[in-house]
Order: sequence, then C-alpha cells, then structure tokens
Amino acid sequence: MDYLWAFLAGGALCAIGQLLIDLTSMTPARILVTYVVAGVFLGAVGVYEPYAEFAGAGATVPLTGFGYQLAKGVREAVTADGLIGALTGGLEACAGGITAAVVFALIVALLFTRGDKTAKITGQS
Amino acid sequence: MKLTENEYGALAKRRSPDTKLYKTIPGAFVIGGLICCTGQLLLNLYSSAGLDKTAAGTLTSVTLVALSALLTGFGLYDKIAKHAGAGTLVPITGFANAVVSPALEFKTEGYVLGVGAKIFLIAGPVIVYGLAASALYGIILFITQAV
Repeated sequence: MDYLWAFLAGGALCAIGQLLIDLTSMTPARILVTYVVAGVFLGAVGVYEPYAEFAGAGATVPLTGFGYQLAKGVREAVTADGLIGALTGGLEACAGGITAAVVFALIVALLFTRGDKTAKITGQS
Repeated sequence: MKLTENEYGALAKRRSPDTKLYKTIPGAFVIGGLICCTGQLLLNLYSSAGLDKTAAGTLTSVTLVALSALLTGFGLYDKIAKHAGAGTLVPITGFANAVVSPALEFKTEGYVLGVGAKIFLIAGPVIVYGLAASALYGIILFITQAV
C-alpha cells in the first residue's frame, strides 16, 4: 500500500513541475529552487509533516522533501539550542544528501569523460 | 525587419510547436512516481535492516543520489529525462543529475574552476535559497517561542 501512495504522491509533485515547465517559461533551475523553498515553507507551517507520514518516499524523495528536511532540522535545532539553531539545523539535517551528491559527482567526473557540447564550444576535441 | 522584444516573443511562441500536455504530464507522473517507489523500496529495506527512521531516510537519499550519479556518468539519465521531463527533475535524483552533469561537462576546464566550481551551477542556487529560507524560519520560530 505504501508503494501506491509513494507513486501517486511523488508522481503528482512531478506532474505539477511538468505543468510549470510547459505553461510558464520556468527553467529547470528555477523549478528546483521553487520546490526547495516551497518545501521549507510547507514544512514550517506544519503541512508537510502529515503529508510525509502517509506518502512516505513520495513526499521525501521529491525536492520539496529536501526543503522539508531543512525546516525540520532548523525546528529541532532551535528548540534544542536556541537562536544558533537557525544557522546550524538546516545543513545538519541535509548533510548526507548534499555531501553524497558532491562526492559522487567528483568521482563520476574523475572516471567518465564526455565528448560533449562544451568541447565543441571551446574548439577542443 | 525590426522587432520589439514583445513582438519577437509572440512570433517565437507561434512558431514553436505546441507542447503536448497529454504526453508530457503522464510521462512526468509515471517516471517520477516510479523513482519515488524505488525510494520507498530502499526505505523499507533499510528500515527492516534495523535502521531508525532518520538514518534510513538519509541512506535512501544517498543511495538514490549514487544511482543517479552513475546513470548520469553513463549518459543514461539524460536519455530517460527526454521522456520524463519534470519526472526526472523534481526527485532528488534530478538534483544529483544537476550536480554531476556540469561536473562532467566542464571537466575540460580543469578540476578547480571547471569541475569544482561548476558542481554548484544549479545545486548552488538551490542550497542558497533553501538555507536562506530555513534560517529565516529559524529566526521566526525563535521569536515566537520566546514570546
């Protein structure tokens, strides 16, 4: 059952993103920024928590879930440590995902080479 | 022929083929949904292995990021993305793809200002505005808790 909810909830968030791409001229980068900030907002007002309870990975895998993690981390840190938590809680909660992305990107860049557009633009082969 | 920016925009819009919503939306829905199901599968696996909720969630994100990085390296993620649109953009795998792709593409410009700098080409703004929003929330929360 949790797979069905993950599929429907995650699919719906992606469909909204596709709608934004098709109907407005938003670039992928702007979509990602919008999703993260929306996730922080929805997490802050307490809407995302119950949504994540029943949608599982359908709520945490889309990038709004990343924003929700930021908000949740800040809330826990502010409650525990006071104002300094506003600066420490967010990154702490998302450290794993961000560090993984950077480290794996570096490894892939070391291992793979792409005969890509950049090479053509700069005139190298 | 001289065109104002508005006239050019209208002309470009008329010339470009209509985006077929009945094709793009289901594609994004199904592929995005399947990526989330993969996440759910990993989450269930890690949970049944005895990890607590937070650790299982983090490890799920890390695994998806690793898979996406590998697929991006082989050039497969972009092939799926052609049919999926936002379905491969919105999940965390899309974030990972946005980190790995420029790292690969700008390898020709060296490891410091090429790979090292361009890794944050799209991830940078996401982290900047996400952290800013969360810090703002923290300050508001602190004030409301103090009152």
